[in-house]
Amino acid sequence: MNMKNEAGSKDVPAAVREDSELVQILDAEGNVLPQASVPDISDRQLLELYETIKLARHFDQRAISFQRQGRLATYAPMTGQEGSQVATSLALAEQDWLFPTYREHAAKYAHGMDLVSLFEPLRGYRDGYAIPDDVNVMPEYIPIATQVPQAMGMAWGHKLQGKTDTAVLCHLGDGATSEGDFHEGLNFAGVFDVPAVFVCNNNQWAISVPRERQTASETIAEKAQAYGIDGVRVDGLDPLAVYKVASEALAKARNPGPGERRPTLIESVQYRFGAHTTADDPSVYRDESEEEAWRDRDPVDRIETYLYNEGILDSALESEIQDSIEQEVSEAIETAEQTEASPDNIVEHVYEDVPARLEEQRDELNRLREKYDEGAFSEVLE
Amino acid sequence: MSSTASTQTQQNAQSLTLVEAIQDGLYTEMAQDDSVVVLGEDVGKNGGVFRATDQLYEEFGEDRVIDTPLAEAGIIGASIGLAQTGMKPVPEMQFMGFMYPAFDQIVSHAARLRSRSQGQYSVPMVIRAPYGGGIRAPEHHSESKEAFFVHEPGLKVVSPSTPYDAKGLLAASIHDPDPVIFLEPKLIYRAFREDVPTKPYEVSLNEAAIRREGSDISVYTWGAMTRPALIAAENLHQSHDIDVEVIDLRTLSPLDIETITESFKKTGRAAIVHEAPKTGGLGAEIATTIQEEALVHQEAPIKRIAGFDAPMPLHSLEDYYLPQAVRIQDGIRETVDF
Ligand SMILES: Cc1ncc(C[n+]2csc(CCOP(=O)(O)OP(=O)(O)O)c2C)c(N)n1
Repeated sequence: MNMKNEAGSKDVPAAVREDSELVQILDAEGNVLPQASVPDISDRQLLELYETIKLARHFDQRAISFQRQGRLATYAPMTGQEGSQVATSLALAEQDWLFPTYREHAAKYAHGMDLVSLFEPLRGYRDGYAIPDDVNVMPEYIPIATQVPQAMGMAWGHKLQGKTDTAVLCHLGDGATSEGDFHEGLNFAGVFDVPAVFVCNNNQWAISVPRERQTASETIAEKAQAYGIDGVRVDGLDPLAVYKVASEALAKARNPGPGERRPTLIESVQYRFGAHTTADDPSVYRDESEEEAWRDRDPVDRIETYLYNEGILDSALESEIQDSIEQEVSEAIETAEQTEASPDNIVEHVYEDVPARLEEQRDELNRLREKYDEGAFSEVLE
Repeated sequence: MSSTASTQTQQNAQSLTLVEAIQDGLYTEMAQDDSVVVLGEDVGKNGGVFRATDQLYEEFGEDRVIDTPLAEAGIIGASIGLAQTGMKPVPEMQFMGFMYPAFDQIVSHAARLRSRSQGQYSVPMVIRAPYGGGIRAPEHHSESKEAFFVHEPGLKVVSPSTPYDAKGLLAASIHDPDPVIFLEPKLIYRAFREDVPTKPYEVSLNEAAIRREGSDISVYTWGAMTRPALIAAENLHQSHDIDVEVIDLRTLSPLDIETITESFKKTGRAAIVHEAPKTGGLGAEIATTIQEEALVHQEAPIKRIAGFDAPMPLHSLEDYYLPQAVRIQDGIRETVDF
């Protein structure tokens, strides 16, 4: 499966250039590399991959601008990382489970969450964390790496119950590989040989701390070896390569061949083009020129070029897709902006039934709300 | 030295926000004592996500202002080890809500190495962590769980409510021979300025501050809640001629029991204001202490005005969760009118 990386030019980012075992299908422009084997996907699926990646890019730009207008709170952008997010989700079967972080907006959407729900938490409402019954996505994980042992546990539960047709895919960042939870989760995954795929979105940065300061090992994928599971490095800005690697890992998780282990750690080598969150200023800690080299490998452009080359996409279809994406995102924002929550929500869903004491606390608040106007409640912020 | 110091009212003081005072405090201590090192996630080149360590990396270099891997247990465990070599680590936990991976290192080891070794080893370090709500932050970024640490013998817990205290309490914490959890109320990181001496000074870890004198009721609070408590006191003074004494505890463990009880003996009534969930919060400890020490002076039930026994909601509802001046006023009146 792995092939030698062809690229040798000095403009290629070091993390990609120095890789001997990086899975790639498309070159920086989007042309198929000489020895690459394109995964077997229909034109319809390829278009879906493209459309979803495009939508993710547009969603991201809108979210950033809404945040600047004060219409959303802190947002974690994904520009540059959409290709990997979408490709890993499209590799999932419907019954598979997804464990996302706070950055996996597109991965969640591609596995069945609607766009409105993605905006709601950013508007300060928990509603968007509610998951429809037919969607197998966990609410996003904000404390770093905590999802790793949990994803392992779910996969283990499925295995113990003989349900190995269901795989679990768990996202994490390169920073997350420093936490104890990462090591404990992967160690369990190896020991209990569970149907799980861990995708480390190595975007080179954990806020201001570079990948080199998270680990002294040369790659993240090689850590898999210590846990007795498989490790794969893939060009995370190449959606076709990510799709291929994720599909193969998921197939193996469900049904390993002789001598194969179920779990895989995929290191998806990418770059965070923008800020860590809208509260972050990357110019304080990194050089813009670094970003430029990665920009040349933009996943949106690469998949677009590939589809043009294959005759699957033309400019008429491209603008049709763009229009429908823009409409879908605007509608989602409009709907999300109509979301309102009563302060009663504070006490809901803490337990199945609201305990008497908590009910008293809610009643006390409601008495105050009747007595004073709503403005009185923001006084603490002044 | 502090990059943002503005109106220089006196030569020996500068007008600083609370977070600038912390930065100034760190600078002052690091300049005086080579053994003081700052370590944590994003504290170096980035100067901290709240800029509390701004300029320190440039000033003291990467061996004293250390960007670590993203690993809270590692940061605190390593700090315990560093402290054994005579260094004075000041680790930062980026948010209190992300301290839990380090909880084991803090409570099982930092807190008890002294007692375990019968005084042979100690862990002089200061764990800084921004805490509390009100800044429209995502989930987990608004935690106020000081009670976890107050409950652990061997730790000291400090929370400043003014820039002056922030620098002085930080100095006292750094000079303290025991591990200190230094909780920074991020809601008021930049809410106001105050004159802060440029020279080194300490604010004692044993003394609560009486922020407003009064004779009708004692209100006990700390951190970001000190401000709405003072607003409530002022409003009640004007509207109902109620004279509220406001006590800012400053050090949450050990508590300044003398100041707490002396005030109660004078007023006979008490309300405790904290943003942490009510059940099992520090309010319960203060109320019981008052009853143990001064029951005969009590004229009304002791009131707790606190956060809900529910997770902090996302930002659209967080104003309803935090004790606001109106809620504090109502609670005080209920107690005074009992
Ligand atoms: C346990 C914990 N510690 C600290 C934080 C604060 N924090 C949020 S994101 C982040 C960096 C994460 O980097 P990485 O894992 O590489 O993921 P990325 O954000 O780059 O996608 C940090 C330190 C947190 N959320 N959880």
